Amino acid sequence: MGFEMTGYTPSEMMVVRAARELKNGEVVFVGIGLPNVACNLARRFHAPELVLIYESGAVGAAPDRLPLSIGDPCLATDSISVCSMVEVFNYYLQGGLIDVGFLGGAQVDRFGNINSTVIGDYDRPKVRLPGSGGACEIAIHAKKIIMVLKQSPKSFPEEIDFITSPGFIDEANSRSRYGFPGKGPSLIITDFGVYGFTKNTHEMILQEIYPGVAVKDVKANIGWDVKVSRRLETTVPPIAEELQIIRRDLDPGRIHLR
Amino acid sequence: MSGKVMTMAQAIGEFVRDGDTVVIEGFTHLICFAAGHEIIRQKKRDLVACRLTPDLIYDQMVAAGCVRKLVFSWAGNPGVGSLFGLRRAVEEGIPRNVEIEEYSHFGMVARFMAGASHLPFMHLKTFEGSDLPKKNRNIKFIRCPYTRKRYATVPALNPDVAVIHVQRADEEGNAQIWGLMGVQREAAFASKKVVIVAEELVSGDVIRADPNRTLIPGLIVDAVVIEPFAAHPSYALGYYDRDNDFYMEWAKVSKDKAGLDRYLAEWVTGLSGRGEYREKLGAECLKKLEADIRPSGSVNYGF
Repeated sequence: MGFEMTGYTPSEMMVVRAARELKNGEVVFVGIGLPNVACNLARRFHAPELVLIYESGAVGAAPDRLPLSIGDPCLATDSISVCSMVEVFNYYLQGGLIDVGFLGGAQVDRFGNINSTVIGDYDRPKVRLPGSGGACEIAIHAKKIIMVLKQSPKSFPEEIDFITSPGFIDEANSRSRYGFPGKGPSLIITDFGVYGFTKNTHEMILQEIYPGVAVKDVKANIGWDVKVSRRLETTVPPIAEELQIIRRDLDPGRIHLR
Repeated sequence: MSGKVMTMAQAIGEFVRDGDTVVIEGFTHLICFAAGHEIIRQKKRDLVACRLTPDLIYDQMVAAGCVRKLVFSWAGNPGVGSLFGLRRAVEEGIPRNVEIEEYSHFGMVARFMAGASHLPFMHLKTFEGSDLPKKNRNIKFIRCPYTRKRYATVPALNPDVAVIHVQRADEEGNAQIWGLMGVQREAAFASKKVVIVAEELVSGDVIRADPNRTLIPGLIVDAVVIEPFAAHPSYALGYYDRDNDFYMEWAKVSKDKAGLDRYLAEWVTGLSGRGEYREKLGAECLKKLEADIRPSGSVNYGF
């Protein structure tokens, strides 16, 4: 992959769009992969007081390199507090302190339910995925959930093979029946555009499309006849400063933005 | 020397038995690879291996045929991808079938909390709306006796033995950790036997000068192993950095069974212990990973 400073890759557009969603001062539970890049971009660019919390116990982390893992040593050095995972999950997450939870996954369905456990049958898996990690409880407790994942008919199928982490669960929004503290998924950011959720049926609706992408491309890469907003907007492309932070500081080796 | 100080080979030989429920904890930080390697060298079998994040070391133990069952919440190579040894066992039964029992991180954390508190279970708010409880009958739901609200429960986890890597400890096993703590303390208090592996042996005075950093007291510790660099490719803050290159390289090494077996033959069963491992890694690698100097300052414990 080239490093030409003109243009940008779909992964970079995803990361930039996700970063812009974060407001200065918000408390974010940072996940592995692209969300990790997005949160660190936001902190370095427009939201210096973003509070990054990693499930490894780093609170108010200020990593001076992009952590490969969410338990990287650079997360402890210079953080506000380092606590045990008992505290992270009980006091911070279950305690209602997390504004935004970032999640990814292998499959997402129209209600924003996430599968990060298995492709195929659970007991005879075609592909065994890593599993929940903290995702299940983040999906339940964070006030707002943003998802970042690449879009294909496989990653957004009609039905997912396993619900690891609940989104709205179903059309009737069963999460309200369970009394989850968090409001559920608010945005899904893919490499084609950005989805919100309909108020009545709690299903994905395309709200933004990236420059150069056509609605038919979006529809060809999702497992159902997805709704498209009548006020569909085109996403503002990354600006040079954002790309520079990603390419120069955050992921010079192109490990995350493959 | 206290009777607790011993070599890794002695500690694993004495405290890890075939069929045991074993935890080598450490959330990215302080994962005791040296203990896992010794378990492989001593050909321990039928272990129930518990950990939030079965990392490369459990991938190796599974590939070496030591593990009967895995209890976990996230099984991957962090930031990189799959654990291929584990996937071969779960998807194809190579080298043997490995049973799995999975939770979320919060679920595993709560299991260790219950274990450490010697309560039969812990309640927590998660798992509803997830398919995990359908596949793991140990996840149950109760109503709060005060509010009638519904909560998930998980059973206590009380392993036979915990191996806990720390930065420094004294001869009695009073052990100090700084940086990311994971569930090191809970795993130690939950387990019937505790093996402390320390980067550095310090005197009791050093421990007493800074008691807030003592996560694990010697009174629950059975063995103390002093083994520098025993966490590599994981890390020990203030001692050496995480070897991220190794984690990325592991994807290639472990992709097929032959590659993983070659690694085990060369770096585990072909070596007598961590001393030879350190030599084989070489001065250049040790130098590359050497920690920067970032002292925290000090506080006054006077009164």
